[in-house]
Amino acid sequence: MTTEQILVGLASVLAAAAPVMFAVIGETISERAGVINLSMNGTILLSAMGGFAVAMTSDSLLLGFLGGMVIGALVALVVAFSSITLHQSQVAVGFVLAIICRDLAYFLGNPYVAQSGPRLNTAPVPGLAAVPYLGTLLFNQTLVTYLSFGVILLAWLWIYKTRPGLMLQGIGERPAAAFVRGTNVNAMRYLYTILGGAIIGLAGPSYSLSVKAGWMGTISGLDGIGWIALAITIFGGWNPLRAAFGAYLFALLQWLGLVLQSSLPNVPSQVLQVAPFPLMILTLLLVNIGNAEWVARTLAALPAGPRRVVTRLLRALRASPPAALGVPFESE
Amino acid sequence: MDVELRDIHKTFGKVRANVGIRLHVPAGTIQGILGENGAGKSTLMKVLSGFIHADQGAILLDGRPVVIHSPADAIRAGIGMLHQDPLDFPPMRVIDNFVMARGGSLFPGRAAARRDLKKLAAQFGFALDPDAYVDSLTVGERQQLEIVRLLWLGARVLIFDEPTTGISAAQKERLFAALRLLADQDKTVLFVSHKLEDVEGLCDRVVVLRQGYLVGEARPPYTTRQLVEMMFGKAISIGKRVPCAVGETSLRLRNLSVEDYRLKVRGVNLAVRAGEVIGLAGMEGSGQGLFMRAVAGLLRTTGGRISLDGRNLTGRSHLVSKRHGVAFLPASRLEEGLVPGLDLTEHFVLAEKKGGFFIDWEGGRALAEERIAEFNIRGTPASHVEALSGGNQQRALLALLRVSLRLLLLEHPTRGLDIESTIYIWSKLKERCGQGTSILFVSSDLEEILQYSDRVLVFFNGRVSPPLEAAEMNTDRLGELIGGKGWPEEEWVEEMTADG
Amino acid sequence: MAKNTAASRRRKTIWINVSFQSAAFVLALLLTTVMLLAVGAPPFQAYRSILVGAFGSVGDIFDTLIAWAPLLLTTMGVLITFSAGLWNIGIEGQVTLGAIFTTWILRLLQESGLPPWLIIVLGILAGIVGGALWASLAGVLKTFGGVNEIFGGLGLNFVATALTLWLIFGPWKRPGTGSMSGTLPFPEELWLPAIPGFRLSPWALVLSFIAVVVVYFLLRGTHFGLRLKAVGKNMRAAYLLGVPTWQHMLASFLLCGVFAGLAGALQVTAVYHRLIPSISSNYGFTGLLVAMLVNFHALWAVPVALFFAALNIGSVHLPIVLKLDSSLSGVLQGLLVLLVLMVEGARQRLMSRKIIPAEPASGEEVQS
Repeated sequence: MTTEQILVGLASVLAAAAPVMFAVIGETISERAGVINLSMNGTILLSAMGGFAVAMTSDSLLLGFLGGMVIGALVALVVAFSSITLHQSQVAVGFVLAIICRDLAYFLGNPYVAQSGPRLNTAPVPGLAAVPYLGTLLFNQTLVTYLSFGVILLAWLWIYKTRPGLMLQGIGERPAAAFVRGTNVNAMRYLYTILGGAIIGLAGPSYSLSVKAGWMGTISGLDGIGWIALAITIFGGWNPLRAAFGAYLFALLQWLGLVLQSSLPNVPSQVLQVAPFPLMILTLLLVNIGNAEWVARTLAALPAGPRRVVTRLLRALRASPPAALGVPFESE
Repeated sequence: MDVELRDIHKTFGKVRANVGIRLHVPAGTIQGILGENGAGKSTLMKVLSGFIHADQGAILLDGRPVVIHSPADAIRAGIGMLHQDPLDFPPMRVIDNFVMARGGSLFPGRAAARRDLKKLAAQFGFALDPDAYVDSLTVGERQQLEIVRLLWLGARVLIFDEPTTGISAAQKERLFAALRLLADQDKTVLFVSHKLEDVEGLCDRVVVLRQGYLVGEARPPYTTRQLVEMMFGKAISIGKRVPCAVGETSLRLRNLSVEDYRLKVRGVNLAVRAGEVIGLAGMEGSGQGLFMRAVAGLLRTTGGRISLDGRNLTGRSHLVSKRHGVAFLPASRLEEGLVPGLDLTEHFVLAEKKGGFFIDWEGGRALAEERIAEFNIRGTPASHVEALSGGNQQRALLALLRVSLRLLLLEHPTRGLDIESTIYIWSKLKERCGQGTSILFVSSDLEEILQYSDRVLVFFNGRVSPPLEAAEMNTDRLGELIGGKGWPEEEWVEEMTADG
Repeated sequence: MAKNTAASRRRKTIWINVSFQSAAFVLALLLTTVMLLAVGAPPFQAYRSILVGAFGSVGDIFDTLIAWAPLLLTTMGVLITFSAGLWNIGIEGQVTLGAIFTTWILRLLQESGLPPWLIIVLGILAGIVGGALWASLAGVLKTFGGVNEIFGGLGLNFVATALTLWLIFGPWKRPGTGSMSGTLPFPEELWLPAIPGFRLSPWALVLSFIAVVVVYFLLRGTHFGLRLKAVGKNMRAAYLLGVPTWQHMLASFLLCGVFAGLAGALQVTAVYHRLIPSISSNYGFTGLLVAMLVNFHALWAVPVALFFAALNIGSVHLPIVLKLDSSLSGVLQGLLVLLVLMVEGARQRLMSRKIIPAEPASGEEVQS
């Protein structure tokens, strides 16, 4: 493989990660406010189909992406209403919505299967695209990929650097404390769930209008992405930068699967494509195991040297969810 | 700022938390608000800080009526409250906690805020590292952060809810100095506490709440006796004590230590005889809860030894101690004691499982009927536990206990119950003592402690008194000890080892 | 007198519940109708087509019954984990592993000369073991690794799919090259006996009915079932009442895996007679939906699962008859569950009952 090939490949990894990135960042924002949006797998499919259909009929890519965002926001609204206002389990509602939206995408998308529609082209950044190495890698991408870079940074800045972002952390962590600081917790939860949903809704059109352009119904290969994105959200420890790292790692592994296929002809391609999933479980295990009591007990029995190393390792990997994730808040 | 509360009423369900409370506090005053747990102090303060709404009544600031519907309104009016468990965000940094609630610009302006934080902290002699994470701070430091944060937000009335719980003596001194400084700056300080010593040492004036009513006022010089009488009611009548014939030592604790993030209970030595009743007195969160759960095997001890009838139970889980005749009855009946959604028969079947695969529902119902009758529970075998009244839930919990027990651990066995239920429940408990069961119970009702215990352990801020003979105690002395008065400077070391 | 009013109050509550649930059903149907009108499809014909597709001929009815059996099995499995307050989303993978283990044993023994019935029985038993193993993996991840059962289960689902594909395209591929149509079909004597001329195996139905009876009695009449319920509703109280909590959670996973594995084994021995890539046919997720609707009542699952199976089979004809996608059935099923949930929330809000949290309270402290 030449350097150029590798660079192009890595650039394709950045592009392929963009939709996952929207999903992960959107979910991170929603969960930061304390609401799990488990519908993500369905939302992505429905917004992919919807975005494609809108873009095709209107011949406007922009409307296609907006359509996807509206779909994502509406699904999130159902999650928010059912859990915040009606006190139903977020898991139950989210799971059912995941199924409804998936089947709805297949049902409503039937007339659009295998139709040709608009597709987002790469938009090299003038000047920067010619920079050696970096130009190929970063600046010869589609607008969607640039947007994914922007979303990571914006989300990170918002959560950690702005005042409302700090309060967002607070709402998911300790709603009562946010409440005594004058925040309308449930209104904010509605807002962030819907905002997060709209960002998740960008993931679908990013596939159907760019990364995997077109709508192919059940064989679109998008079913399952949303569940992966949920896992990456946890891996990311609810931090946009760490989540972005997870999403890129996932895309990289999938790309490596494709690359390795030529050198490992005996392993069927389907296997390599799902190789990241066992890794996902493993990482979830590593991320969570530091919280288990028996681990603490076992560690306490170790001699000081190894104990310190293992403890530090576990602490670095460990991610604690927002303390009030999934817990309804009533002020009185 | 001058604060006036007029005729504040607040009820929760059937409980009257505040009844017609009137209170006027001029600016620059440290106003003490004294009362035992459940007297209505916290409710009153939550009303003032917008956390809950009063059913009736008015709030006037500097003589003008204000409407406070939410904490946001309270902050705007200049009222800030420090909650007993500081309501902050433990996984976040000090500086982020500090800047969060202030409105205005999108970006918090950490650099300027950091300067303000340091300046305010220095003013009170607080050492706060802006970059430290809040969960690494002590409770005292978290209070300091809340004080400077509220002042920075422009609070002119500061409410402190039990601020001296869980902080060190040095931190308490610093806190009191800060409060005096606040009063000097013409701020109004409302100091809610059940600790007599703190109130006496700090407050310019004191009001006492009892059972939702404001029952009295006092100004310095205070007399402890007068305050205790107001807090616990004057007419304390002690019923006839029925001492039990006690047997051999059953439970033996040696140097038992247990701790959580805010409290350490160290080196408790105790020998309990079969049939003996030990009352654990102290204000909520003084360590008695930790102690009970450690003895029950629900919390890991950090040191010491627990043995029951000569069997070592140290470090064993509750399931093991349960097999050896220990039972634990939690105070939160529906959260920990009973299973909402299951009916009484199902509870009896669960508690009585003796083996076998299939449930004998007929037998279960018969057992339920029998126990319901025996324990006078108002319900049927098909009643779901969450539909029972509190008293009946407590009876159900007692009815669920196995027949032969060696040690019974109870948290607030009669809290929220009417007199009839209370008397009934104690008659049942005393029956068990007659059968050789030892009882340890936590209660905040001094009368209950003195009437039913053989010996008493008093808890204050994690400190534990040696076992005191209940017959030689009176409510005044007990009330003082609970309030932290009359404790020797040193631990009661000699007596404790002598007894253990 | 007092008894009378209590009884009438209870009757009134049931009546209110029924009317709210029917409202949810009508709303779901209404929404689906609006959706059909929106895409320009005739709603009445669509529903008729589903009905005819599911019950139009003996063959159609048998097809519906074929789908009914595994759906009942997965529903029963999920009911057990639901009782313990657990969301066993990994049930899809557990069905798949059941199918893989069955295929494995059938392949291993098909040349062994053992009597075919014995091979089938061993194959089904292997499937049960496979499902249970996969489920316990999710259970161990949950109880000892702190990995939420939803995420552990989802991950294991993907691994199961990958394993299936690897087997189909690798070690177990058809002569020549592997294909998405699965492994080579087993000889007919290794099929679970079917009604002559049809694909329906009465044995599959018998097994799933047995499962319903078992779960019905397990949840209603055994100490184990009662303890599971106690753990699911209030883990801390269950522990104080003497129930070893994590052991029961693990056991509920294991049992769920037994039923899921059996469903997978039947998919191989009674339906497809080989391993195919999507062998679980979404029965796990559909079973979750059914279980959410019937709210712990195993017997109610019988008609509801039949209804869901009929929707699935009936909608297969939609693409041919009306050029509509068959996923209409999934939309209708999902909407039904969603609206039942939302209507229940609205009922509680309107009647301002005390809300009992659905999630089991965390109890690290008591788990030691």
